[in-house]
Amino acid sequence: MISIASVTKKYKGTANPALDNVSLEIEKGEFVFLVGTSGSGKSSLMRLMLREDVPTSGSVHVLGENLVSISSRRVPYFRRKLGVVFQDFRLLPNKTAFENVAFSLEVIGKSQGFIETAVPDVLRLVGLAEKMDRLPTQLSGGEQQRVALARAIVNKPAVLLADEPTGNLDEATSDGIMALIERINLAGTTVVMATHDRKIVDRLQKRVVEISDGRIVRDQVGGSYQQAANEQNRAVGDSK
Amino acid sequence: MRFGFVFSEIAQGLRRNVSMVISVVLVTFVSLTFVGTASLLQLQIGQMKTYWYDKAQVAVYLCSSVSPPTICPQGEAGAEVKARVAERLSSTTLKPYVATFYFENHKQAYDKFQEQFKGNSVAKFVTAEQLNETYWIKLNNPQDSTIITESFSGLSGVEEVRDQRSYLDQIFAILNAASLAAIGIAVLMLISAALLISTTIRLSAFSRRRELAIMRLVGASNFYIQLPFILEGVVAATIGSVLAGATVLLIVQFFVQGYLTTALPFTSFVGLADGLLVVPILIVAGIVLASIASGLAIRRYLKI
Repeated sequence: MISIASVTKKYKGTANPALDNVSLEIEKGEFVFLVGTSGSGKSSLMRLMLREDVPTSGSVHVLGENLVSISSRRVPYFRRKLGVVFQDFRLLPNKTAFENVAFSLEVIGKSQGFIETAVPDVLRLVGLAEKMDRLPTQLSGGEQQRVALARAIVNKPAVLLADEPTGNLDEATSDGIMALIERINLAGTTVVMATHDRKIVDRLQKRVVEISDGRIVRDQVGGSYQQAANEQNRAVGDSK
Repeated sequence: MRFGFVFSEIAQGLRRNVSMVISVVLVTFVSLTFVGTASLLQLQIGQMKTYWYDKAQVAVYLCSSVSPPTICPQGEAGAEVKARVAERLSSTTLKPYVATFYFENHKQAYDKFQEQFKGNSVAKFVTAEQLNETYWIKLNNPQDSTIITESFSGLSGVEEVRDQRSYLDQIFAILNAASLAAIGIAVLMLISAALLISTTIRLSAFSRRRELAIMRLVGASNFYIQLPFILEGVVAATIGSVLAGATVLLIVQFFVQGYLTTALPFTSFVGLADGLLVVPILIVAGIVLASIASGLAIRRYLKI
């Protein structure tokens, strides 16, 4: 599903690579937390999976596409198979919840008929059936992130990439969002989520990939945010 | 492809940058009007050339009593000179080139002069004796004037041989320079139009950066993302070129046909048919220019 092999990413004008010989395999239907401090390389890795960037060396395969050699003409069609959410929601402020989700379908040429059934369905799924006509400013942070999630999954993506989706939300709201993401995962979507939220990672006990200084320092199934002292020996490559 | 969506995007873009769009419209309008006028002037020059070159004759001026003695040491040309010129014009060597020729004596030259310079003070002072007697020669092919010049220059009793085309060529050279200057200005303005279009696109892309980011994220195709921007430039430039085309037609109708033809009745001028020939060229030029400028701008500012 996602296969990253010996990837190194150097940005111009920086001495240390953002990613240093990183390899990672993610299977269909998995739920993976990417954890690490700011600047550890989590976002660089997410950008590579989205084909926002190409690695300096190494290979990236997502959903059967080689993202190093893919032509720029095919990139949009590849991205249609992914859903993405961010910490800052990225909603259009002048469009209602319904229109925000509909916009993402309009721009990939979906028919009006499809939009009119798919958008209310997905907004109901995220619990916003009653608030479809509200502008983002009339919604709480958690509700805005639900709209963003609805937009990410309306096209039934095989992979959901979530970059700190709870970063701007309080604990109770975060739990609601996580419950929703878990449901999406249970329905068969592979989820890769970068996060700083220790409590969420500890509670969900999913696969945890820890990145530090551009290297994977831990890859552990059923892991916590921080490696426990007695697990020191379970290191890279000893996963699953 | 959802055309309704694309059109609403274009309309939004045009509304959002209305002042830039107006400036694109005006610059393309003015520059293409220059292009149109210059092309009409070229057509006019071509038309005048065929008309006047056809009428142009070669004049063999005979020596008069006031000719400079260095050229005409023997003074006024006598009957034998006139006979020799007429004989040579009818000879087998020159006959194939000459269509017709006729002789103009002092009296006829004087009458013609008085008519041409009616009201001018010079008409009062000139006398018939001062004006050359002349053989006017109409050639089968106006290009062959050098043959006549070579045959008669230096012949004693002949003051000068002059092809009237040499006067016309000066006029045409001036008109030509004017149309080249218009084209030069037009090129400069077209460059600024292209730059303006690309700046407008950049502003438009900047003001829509949130939408663009989301469109890229959800996988809108490059064509779908770029099309509204390209069409935005094309729409603005098309309005400008249509205005330019209309202006060119108005110039032809009211200035050329309405004013010039009455002011200069013996000249043939470009008509509406010529104007209608130029208009589609202007519109196509405007559209091509806008597509290229927007396309290049998009490639620079809309990295997918």
